[in-house]
Amino acid sequence: MTEPGGSPAERAAALADAARAGDRRALARLLTSVENHTAVAEQALRLLYPLAGGAHLVGVTGPPGAGKSTLVAALIAQLRASGRTVAVVAVDPSSPITGGALLGDRVRMQSYASDDGVFIRSMASRGHAGGLAATSTSAAAVFDAAGFDVVLLETVGTGQSEVEVAAAADTTVVLEAPEMGDEVQAIKAGLLEVADIVVVNKGDRPGAQRTAAQLRAMLTPPGESGRADGPSARRPDVLVVTALTGEGVPELLAALDRHRADGAAEAAPAARRARAAAQVRAVLAERLWERLASPSLTPTTDAALERVARHETDPYAAADALLAALGREEAP
Amino acid sequence: MTDRPLKVLIAKPGLDGHDRGAKVLARGLRDEGFEVVYTGLRQTPEMIVTAALQEDVDVVGLSILSGAHMTLVPRVCDQLRAKGLGDVLVAVGGIIPDDDVEPLRAAGVSGVFGPGTTIREVADFIRANATPREA
Repeated sequence: MTEPGGSPAERAAALADAARAGDRRALARLLTSVENHTAVAEQALRLLYPLAGGAHLVGVTGPPGAGKSTLVAALIAQLRASGRTVAVVAVDPSSPITGGALLGDRVRMQSYASDDGVFIRSMASRGHAGGLAATSTSAAAVFDAAGFDVVLLETVGTGQSEVEVAAAADTTVVLEAPEMGDEVQAIKAGLLEVADIVVVNKGDRPGAQRTAAQLRAMLTPPGESGRADGPSARRPDVLVVTALTGEGVPELLAALDRHRADGAAEAAPAARRARAAAQVRAVLAERLWERLASPSLTPTTDAALERVARHETDPYAAADALLAALGREEAP
Repeated sequence: MTDRPLKVLIAKPGLDGHDRGAKVLARGLRDEGFEVVYTGLRQTPEMIVTAALQEDVDVVGLSILSGAHMTLVPRVCDQLRAKGLGDVLVAVGGIIPDDDVEPLRAAGVSGVFGPGTTIREVADFIRANATPREA
């Protein structure tokens, strides 16, 4: 791998080439740049984004302790057995107090140290609240462009409404554990609505089949209850899996493959546009903040924030004023 | 973001099953503002080096209470160098006899921490000695 030197664009090109040629250290370094929003990362993503799009991006989400990491480990084994390469982006939360994080997802994914077809990367959420890190989608694009067949995006342990992963992934797997709630839980809005596949994990526990039956009964697609343009016109598959033993994992992989094959015909264009919108919106927000934090605008920005903090103005008026200030900067 | 957190791998090489210390340290370093990758028990040197490479960590912390440190730690250091990760800071914690400290340093270990070490000491050592990687 080449040592840092040259312009960001040159370093980005060197890293991107090396990563695509199979240099794992260059790939790891590139992911660090992406996480840190460096100039190199931006240049590299510009090169890599057009080369991405071939991988199957699979989101794995669910409440803490449902078994996401264990299921990801089981999926890695199954995917390797079918000859496919796998990258994992595993997100754990950052402390809102110290900024530190304990990234523990690798504990369940130990067996692949000498397998070049597996690459696992832990990411701290760094204050991002939607279940992923702000840079997880970009990290997935890097893996995609580096040639991995499948990219598994494992979210932080989620509550009911962290649905961001659905926009980041082609196929979203929502994990539930048995006996986590009754039918009313299954008809609440949120996480379960974005599931393409619902997995009831810990299938060896009593109640797993019952939980699956309740979910199957209640997860009627919105289309059937009156709205044809609902968020998901499909009834999600509900599978019972025991990730720890691998029971049900081949069936899950088959369901993932089926969803991808179907999706290519049906929902995929809309899903891809939604993902594009989410990505562009994120960069747009970032760019706006960067410009508002530029030396010439910092006093205006700080003053506006201070006035909102003191309730002298409202956030809407402040945002409009800042947009107007940006416009004035722009005018010749 | 220039002020990004340092990333630390905490691993237990070998067969000893006493991971309380490693977990307390991982948690403590989290509270000190580090991003800590905890890989758990029974790691081979190869597993540790693969994790360090994929995670692009700044620091590798090894916890050993079994007495096997003179076998396992130099192997980790050798393999780190072989993978081009010679600039990663390596620290060892556990029951390390005084006589072994110099040989471990010669093998590539920068810090050796025994019983009674505080989290703050380890955190300060990392902040003073790790070189954050930038691409």
